[in-house]
Amino acid sequence: MSVFNLPSYVQSSFLGLVGIQLEVALGACALGLLLALPIGQLCTRLPWTYPPVLGLVTIIYSIPSIALFVVLIDYTGATYTTVFIPLTLYSLAILVPGVADAIRAVPPEVIDAADGMGYGRMRRYVAVELPVALPPLIASVRVAAVSSISLMSVGALIGNYGGLGDLLILGLHFFDQRLIWLGLITLLVLAVGCDLLLRLLQRLATPWARQRGGAA
Amino acid sequence: MNLFNYLRQFFDDPTYRHGYDDIAARLGQHCEYSLVALVIAAAIAFPPAVATGHTGRGQGLVSAVAVLGRSLPSLGLLILLAVHLGLNFAVAMIPLVVIGIPPVLLYTHEGIQGVDRAAVDAAKGMGMSTSQVVLRVELPAALPLILAGLRVSAVQIVATASLAAVVSFGGFGRYIVDGLYQYDYAQVVGGAFLIAVLCLFTLFVFWLLGRVAVSPGLRRR
Repeated sequence: MSVFNLPSYVQSSFLGLVGIQLEVALGACALGLLLALPIGQLCTRLPWTYPPVLGLVTIIYSIPSIALFVVLIDYTGATYTTVFIPLTLYSLAILVPGVADAIRAVPPEVIDAADGMGYGRMRRYVAVELPVALPPLIASVRVAAVSSISLMSVGALIGNYGGLGDLLILGLHFFDQRLIWLGLITLLVLAVGCDLLLRLLQRLATPWARQRGGAA
Repeated sequence: MNLFNYLRQFFDDPTYRHGYDDIAARLGQHCEYSLVALVIAAAIAFPPAVATGHTGRGQGLVSAVAVLGRSLPSLGLLILLAVHLGLNFAVAMIPLVVIGIPPVLLYTHEGIQGVDRAAVDAAKGMGMSTSQVVLRVELPAALPLILAGLRVSAVQIVATASLAAVVSFGGFGRYIVDGLYQYDYAQVVGGAFLIAVLCLFTLFVFWLLGRVAVSPGLRRR
């Protein structure tokens, strides 16, 4: 498989780059989801918090990634953490509105029914609200995961911290088009594969929702 | 705090008040790139989205195109195009157009498809032709979502237009890219700040547009 043999100046194997790419990009997305769930819940419980939170995440989302990476170098140094933090923030910016909208869209009858059945708040949230909200929620997780994978390549601009994005920048600097193509296509395959996997997960997890489900 | 020092340093520097690195000139360039990319992206994505939304078919295709558009790394696309086509304006525009297409496509499709069927049936019952139904009923009713799509697209384009500087063009990205290579963090932070402000202004413009253009009967929030 000579296509995947990288020149020595890349200082990493192809699989190593794929691994670090998935680890950082999807890890950031997962942490974003973990943070977005309580924030989304807050926005549902106290509706007045929703507009300011929405404004805040939109501001975060509009900060260019290169700039955020560079600013963070001052604090976290040239490490993968510097790439991880902005990716988490961008995921958060996509997931917070996604989670809040998904939970808010749960029909009130369903919640009343759960209350009537004697469900406590936590149990109602885990056993009723989350599953009902799952299709739109996974839709926003898909967007976050795909963007995270594709955005991480920008990390290559602050040194070799862009996973497969490194191949793009190194290919440019060493005039090796094969590297650029390899990086671009692999990134595309990873992102699309992730999207399909999450879509499959949603189908398996919510068999009752197969008829609906939007284009998002 | 470090960040504020950088910002003050940037805005105190007379380099950015006149000449080729003037903030106002860079603002003009940034707006120009963003507007051109947004108009092209909307022109490409809007007609098919209206068609699929109206007929209710082709949803799979819409979502596939959207996923592809989102997963294509803009930086990689830009570098590849620059290597093959050299440094010209189209090379800077194509990645911006590519990231601008998915939101317009998805939101417009959802908006048109989500129009109350009763309203569409009523319009047909009144003897409206297909084009009349689309133009007079579906488009106005879907306008909030269509504008939302354009808004998301515009914010992403404005934030990403900094990439144009990577292939020799201007805009606020110039400060970020130049600052990066000159180890001049004040310049980078200043550029990032200006882009974030421009994004907020874009949001404000679309909010205003929504107030003016959307029928009062549709204003939900």
